[in-house]
Amino acid sequence: METISKNITEEKIWEILEEVYDPEIPVLSVIDLGIVREVNAENDSIEIIITPTYSGCPAMDVISMNIRMALIQNGLGDVKIRQQLSPAWTTDWMTEIGKQKLTSYGIAPPVSKTFDKEYLEKLIVPCPLCHSKNTKLISEFGSTSCKALYQCNDCREPFDYFKCH
Amino acid sequence: MDTQITDHTSNHLIDYTLHLADNSLIMGHRLSEWTGHGPSLEQDIAITNIALDLIGQARNFYQYAATLSGSKNGQPATEDTLAYLRDGHEFKNLLLTELPNGHWGKSILKIFFFSSWQYFVYQKLIYSSDKQVAAIAEKSLKEVTYHVRWSGEWVMRLGDGTEESHEKIQEALDNLWPYTGEMFQPVEWENELNTGSAGIDVQNIKEDWLKKVSGIIEKAKLQLPDVNAWMQSGGKNGIHTEHLGYILTEMQFLQRAYPGCAW
Repeated sequence: METISKNITEEKIWEILEEVYDPEIPVLSVIDLGIVREVNAENDSIEIIITPTYSGCPAMDVISMNIRMALIQNGLGDVKIRQQLSPAWTTDWMTEIGKQKLTSYGIAPPVSKTFDKEYLEKLIVPCPLCHSKNTKLISEFGSTSCKALYQCNDCREPFDYFKCH
Repeated sequence: MDTQITDHTSNHLIDYTLHLADNSLIMGHRLSEWTGHGPSLEQDIAITNIALDLIGQARNFYQYAATLSGSKNGQPATEDTLAYLRDGHEFKNLLLTELPNGHWGKSILKIFFFSSWQYFVYQKLIYSSDKQVAAIAEKSLKEVTYHVRWSGEWVMRLGDGTEESHEKIQEALDNLWPYTGEMFQPVEWENELNTGSAGIDVQNIKEDWLKKVSGIIEKAKLQLPDVNAWMQSGGKNGIHTEHLGYILTEMQFLQRAYPGCAW
């Protein structure tokens, strides 16, 4: 096997990670979600540090397994995946491309940039379908930990909103 | 990992971490009983989402407690042994968390009291001298902020709702109130730990909690019970209500009957 330098391996891993998707929101890669903190490749061992989204999110275990599988498929075996809690994950780390992908998938992306309680109170979430700003909150909690349920008052469609966190 | 766990501070840190874990696990387990029984689909999903967040927090604290504990009887402690193989007297959760759900209004009040308490605890624990406790608190605080908001809105809706909803939640308020005092009464291992600043002095958050809670109760047009009333206690020292035993019997059954059983 050829010896690849540390940088090339790390670069390759970042590329591979762009193809590892969230099992709950399959349009978002782990890079789009902003959960990958660090990739370290030293000799034959690889360490990937990820930040969990929500404490109880069952997708986290599946994501770790999928990362491992993707690396094995690309011939990279000895991988350690470490979870790091601090600094806590925030939707601010979601990429702009990720937010666009969410909208076209029918999920409203996080509106605010920071976790600001004042802002949350008067939050306007545009409808991802007809783009109207005339929408209402149905439930603060949705089908997964990261989402809330909204409805558009104009096109009447209910939709998911990826909460600011 | 070589962790010196022989000194008292570390033992108290284990107790403290288990206390935080047990609170979240027992509360989360109770709320999970609502799965499929919520008053509407959206609210069923909301309350079980909160349960999921709490069980996630419990996992983080148990995992940390396991690394601090090392081995017991030759068996290494894990998050699962701590949750499934300890007995009632070893649990250090607040009595409030183990009380039966009752009707929707009672469950809502339980969440509101507990989440508001967690909110102020985590807000201070972010500055804990113990890095891992601080990290878990930082992560959990974001989730708890949503729990407080959601349950607070429901308290107002029910209190200021129909005559029946008002009456029911007022009764729940009177019944649950004696279980709130324990949240602000430190026990021995908490006091010992505070000298090392890894934990917090719960007496210091009582005022903030009371302000938050009484504000919502007033908006909900409910009557705040006597703040200086006699209060129940014992949970943090392993002296529980009869309800905990039933929870553990159900929750721990599989690991007791089939030791080491895995998916």
